[in-house]
Amino acid sequence: MSTRSALGGVGGYLDDRFRGAKGIRSFFRKIFPDHWSFLLGEIALYSFIILLLTGTFLTLWFKPSMTEVVYHGSYVKLDGVRMSEAYASTLNISFDVRGGLLMRQIHHWAADLFVAAIMAHMLRIFFTGAYRKPREINWLIGIVLFTLSLFEGLFGYSLPDDLLSGAGLRITQGVLQSIPIVGTYLSFFLFGGQYPGNDIIPRLYILHVLVIPGLFMALIGAHLFIMFHQKHTQMPGKGRTDANVVGAPMYPYFMAKTGAFFLFTFAALALAATFAQINPIWLYGPYNPIAISAGSQPDFYMGFLEGSLRIMPAWQWVVAGHTFALNVFIPAFVPLGIVMTGAALWPFLEQWITGDRREHHVNDRPRNAPTRTALGMAMVSFYGVLWAEGSNDVIADHFDIALYTVTEIARVAVFVVPILTYIITKRICLGLQRKDRHLLEHGVETGIIRQLPTGEFIEETRPVSEEMRAKLVLPAPPPALPGGGHAPDEDVPPPKMRGGMGRVRARLNKIVTEQVPAGTHGNGHGAEGDGAPARAAIGAGPHGAGQAEAGDSPQHGTPSA
Amino acid sequence: MPSISLRRRRPAAGYAVIALGLLTVGTAYAAITSAAAASASAPGITSQNQLAEGRAIFLQECATCHGLYAQGTPGVAPSLIGVGSAAVDFQVSTGRMPAREPAAEMPRKPVQLTTRQIHALAAYIASLGGGPAIPTAGQVSIAGANPGLGQQLFVTDCAQCHNFVGAGGALTYGKYAPALTASTPTQIYEAMLTGPEAMPVFNNTTITPQQKRDIIAYIVETRQEPNPGGFSLGRVGPVTEGLVAFLGLLLFMVFAALWITAKHGKAHE
Repeated sequence: MSTRSALGGVGGYLDDRFRGAKGIRSFFRKIFPDHWSFLLGEIALYSFIILLLTGTFLTLWFKPSMTEVVYHGSYVKLDGVRMSEAYASTLNISFDVRGGLLMRQIHHWAADLFVAAIMAHMLRIFFTGAYRKPREINWLIGIVLFTLSLFEGLFGYSLPDDLLSGAGLRITQGVLQSIPIVGTYLSFFLFGGQYPGNDIIPRLYILHVLVIPGLFMALIGAHLFIMFHQKHTQMPGKGRTDANVVGAPMYPYFMAKTGAFFLFTFAALALAATFAQINPIWLYGPYNPIAISAGSQPDFYMGFLEGSLRIMPAWQWVVAGHTFALNVFIPAFVPLGIVMTGAALWPFLEQWITGDRREHHVNDRPRNAPTRTALGMAMVSFYGVLWAEGSNDVIADHFDIALYTVTEIARVAVFVVPILTYIITKRICLGLQRKDRHLLEHGVETGIIRQLPTGEFIEETRPVSEEMRAKLVLPAPPPALPGGGHAPDEDVPPPKMRGGMGRVRARLNKIVTEQVPAGTHGNGHGAEGDGAPARAAIGAGPHGAGQAEAGDSPQHGTPSA
Repeated sequence: MPSISLRRRRPAAGYAVIALGLLTVGTAYAAITSAAAASASAPGITSQNQLAEGRAIFLQECATCHGLYAQGTPGVAPSLIGVGSAAVDFQVSTGRMPAREPAAEMPRKPVQLTTRQIHALAAYIASLGGGPAIPTAGQVSIAGANPGLGQQLFVTDCAQCHNFVGAGGALTYGKYAPALTASTPTQIYEAMLTGPEAMPVFNNTTITPQQKRDIIAYIVETRQEPNPGGFSLGRVGPVTEGLVAFLGLLLFMVFAALWITAKHGKAHE
């Protein structure tokens, strides 16, 4: 019996009993578009699976207890030292459990990769506009997942109860206490009394291994199911529209690729865990509330909060004997609020501004949405400045810059750099659009120079391929807002657009929908006055000579010559 | 003799000869160096010759900034009266003094004087007004010291500037706590006694001599300790780990994604 018929036999047996063949068939025939950036989310998914597996291994030996014990394990340097059972059991995992250190390190590297991949995945979704209708809900689920991953990481690296994790917990407590009115109560609730107390490790443990992973699994399930149900977006290309999905079927192509990609993720993590030491808790020593080390940083995903704390001036209000610790409250909540709330609201804000209620299944190229891309990059740079400032002492020490100089620079940069980034990114996007328009209208330069009978020299151009054209063409713009800039002949705006909000909306609409207009490329040159007329004249030659393909293009405008 | 010549071809003979050779050389070396150390480090015993030599070195190397009588120059260099031989030995044996140029903090650099010259200079400065003396080899010995207790003391008293393993860290106004990777036990002891640069003094009441030895044991043992988890990434905490996560792991995975989704052969057309 061949393999095929054996499989068929098993399949038939199961189908006779469960009637699953139809569903499995459509599952296997599910089409997935192919693009490298579509795999960023998969990195996070596979890191999560590895986190579950290694985490389960670690729970077999980790003791979430603050009970004081005297260490007598293999790590001789700490022999006889008093420490919490949590720390002792982590030492035990690192030095006495076979494979324990490798598992710990895979777990920690996987956590870093998990959050890094989530961030990369989110940026991809944002910059390609993949969050647009009908995918806004999934975008929100993604933001919740991202937030949860930050907490999951914070709770996870707090568990070993070493000196560094204690410093992180101390800041967590400070942040809780800084919340006006209820801060001290919240701190007492979380820690079960005075800091640090004996309750915090068991509580964080149950959050870390049960509550948050449970939420993760539910939300990741929903995230994937919605993605599956709504079908994956695709990058613009020939034959790809908002009404179809062009790609390879689940079986065998996508399954083989994604299976291989899981193995890549696992290999990368195993290699990192083998060759790069992470979180050497035995060097930090057991936690001691009166001690702190230079270079105490959180894991990278908390770095931007650390940075905002470090650049904050020491502002404090005392109102009627009650302290408002703005120096902790503002840095802990404002930047995070700007980034997270901004990200959550943006799809709806964009929809309101553009009035675009269409379904989108073809992604935008980032350059084709210059304002969105520029806003995103401004956020990235804002985050980046804070993140770098989070390691200001390491930067100062390793690059021989005075510590306060680093902080002062960051204090200015956190406001200036995002604005500059916005302006520069927008200009780059519009420039790239202009290049695309030029290619569409004049074709690809071939480098062949011909002399015309009149003596004029021209360069021959070749029209872009169909595949290329599909990529370069601007997506259809959203319908114009009534009275909102798109229709200048409409001189009386409707009442809804005449109020304050309406005017703001019209104004924002103008900014957000700014594009290099298709078909006006030649005019654009004239208006810019950037010495382009000469090029336009050269470009005009072949059109005149009758290059039919270029002339066919609906984007083709009148040559300025 | 015949017994030796009979056994000289036995397999163990080679090892025996090597062991004997090593023992001889080792003993001789130990005898010579301990004799040298004894003669070099006899900080208590000063002779007129040594003082004269020390003064000559002082006038040549130090007096420009510290003044002809070691009284110091306001705003430039502190007075050296009463700093003791330990301070001189620390500053000069780490190459910080004589200074090359004024700076927020004097960096460690190659030593410029011989041990003999340093001791002469130290004796001269000590003769001006006493102060903590260079510790003896016994005082800084880590034999029998408790590095576990040393770690507790280190994280409480030292790590906030020098980092948890002594990898160093930044301080304010261009100052920094240097890495302790090259410091000898004597230098660490002297630094605690004399408080160079921005460092506070940890005298023998704050940290007892026994505790100082525990701290030294912790520093020395920790920097010799291998990294069981792979490359150490500089032992500076999570900053380098984050860099590896992004530039190593995430970038690797992006390349893997590019490779996996690249169109090969037929599919390209």
